[in-house]
Amino acid sequence: MALIDNNGSHELLGADASGQLVIHAPTTAPLRQPPRKSRWPARLDMLQSASGLFLALFLMAHMFFVSSILISHDAFYTVARFFEGAYFLGKPYPILVSGVVSIILAVFIGHAWLAMRKFPAGYRQYRAFVTHKNSLRHGDTSLWWLQIWTGFALFFMATIHLYDMLTQPALIGPYESADRVWTGNMWPLYLMLLFAAELHASVGLYRLAIKWGWFTAATPNRSRRRLRWAKHGISAFFITLGLVTLAAYVDLGRAHAERAGERYVPTYLNAPHTAGKH
Amino acid sequence: MISILRRKNDTQPTRRLCIQVLRHNPADAASVPHLQAFEIAEAEGMTLFIALNEIRATQDPSLQFDFVCRAGICGSCAMLIDGRPGLACRTLTRDLGTTITLAPLPFFELIGDLSVNTGKWMRGTSERLQTWIHSSAQTDLDALEAPMEPELAEAIYELDRCIECGCCIAGCGTAQMREKFVGAVGLNKIARFRLDPRDDRSNDDFYELIGDDDGVFGCMSLLGCHDVCPKQLPLQTQIAYLRRKMAVIGLA
Repeated sequence: MALIDNNGSHELLGADASGQLVIHAPTTAPLRQPPRKSRWPARLDMLQSASGLFLALFLMAHMFFVSSILISHDAFYTVARFFEGAYFLGKPYPILVSGVVSIILAVFIGHAWLAMRKFPAGYRQYRAFVTHKNSLRHGDTSLWWLQIWTGFALFFMATIHLYDMLTQPALIGPYESADRVWTGNMWPLYLMLLFAAELHASVGLYRLAIKWGWFTAATPNRSRRRLRWAKHGISAFFITLGLVTLAAYVDLGRAHAERAGERYVPTYLNAPHTAGKH
Repeated sequence: MISILRRKNDTQPTRRLCIQVLRHNPADAASVPHLQAFEIAEAEGMTLFIALNEIRATQDPSLQFDFVCRAGICGSCAMLIDGRPGLACRTLTRDLGTTITLAPLPFFELIGDLSVNTGKWMRGTSERLQTWIHSSAQTDLDALEAPMEPELAEAIYELDRCIECGCCIAGCGTAQMREKFVGAVGLNKIARFRLDPRDDRSNDDFYELIGDDDGVFGCMSLLGCHDVCPKQLPLQTQIAYLRRKMAVIGLA
């Protein structure tokens, strides 16, 4: 082994008690094998992306299921009973919903923990980023700030909603949900949650595609333009659908406020004159 | 933008430009950072390089700023132009308003006024990332060099166009928060040597250099680097590519 090399030269030199430099005899074995770099940063990065993708896709599916109220009360009732396994198990098991919510909650907490690593740590980093963002006036940099704040808001707002669904899985139905929205005073939360979640998810999906180089076009700028349109489209579509759906629940909740707590009975199980009006 | 629409009408009066420069001399303990305004008449085809030289020649010889090539090749004249990183020699005053604010690039060591020591940081990054060909092959000076496919040579050259001006670092939100982040300039160099068939290093070796949150996994894809790069380097795609390759190492 050469006496002088980039890695070992410092180890070879040491001072004795008199302060005089001594050169230790080089050994044949490498003096110190540098430890291999941890694989965890790579895994955590992938887990953050994967959990975010999972949650965003779930959110989209969730919005479609919830908005089935716009088709009819029976449609939403059917969707709700479907997820309770009523159509394969013979009768509804709300515990299945709790099970799914538990998984979502676990992924949600995991994603929050992973994403928190990217938050500005301390006042200095916070100031540095805000100053930079304000001076650069750059779309993608500012979008990240939106991600930070919507993500932060979701810590609290999504948790309330998830806990609600975890503990009261049976109370999902046209009247049950509408009563929760109106009589249960959940609509302000749902309104804020809608904007926070949909914006966070669409920006997140856009960022994922950029980050991993998905859906590339001939030039980076063209793929970026395309992705940006997709992001705007997803945001606009799901926020609109969400607002209309929430309005439908508020409407139904107000109309049903006097009989709040009454369970919905689908028209096909009931005589026509007591069926839920649409 | 259609160029003919931007051409200045002859009858238009010459604009008076107010150029505000953030001045500070870190070597002088009494110096306080402050904005100083200079007023000059705009000339046809004037760049900030020309404007700053005129100010130094006619108004204040103590004004410090760096220039070498005045053609966007040396990378010395990067500065914050109205808050955004860019090369002064490639910025035409007609693309800016009548009040132009100039500040030194953040992040780098300030020499004085608009002059920053990017070279020191770039050298440190090169040493940290070992951005040179690593080869164990004995070099035979008499032998012909191994030929390279023109496409590959082009691809390497494309990334080699980096002039180390520091704009990508100044445009990077991550780097502003976390000083140890290698930034696009470092990652682009790794991408360049990864392409080079003369470099023996494997993906595992590159992981040792950039496989952490100060390296490729620290990038949050804010794309400031890509959008301010004066050489239009494909930083967005290169970083995404490296991230995929390094992520695979993490799975192994």
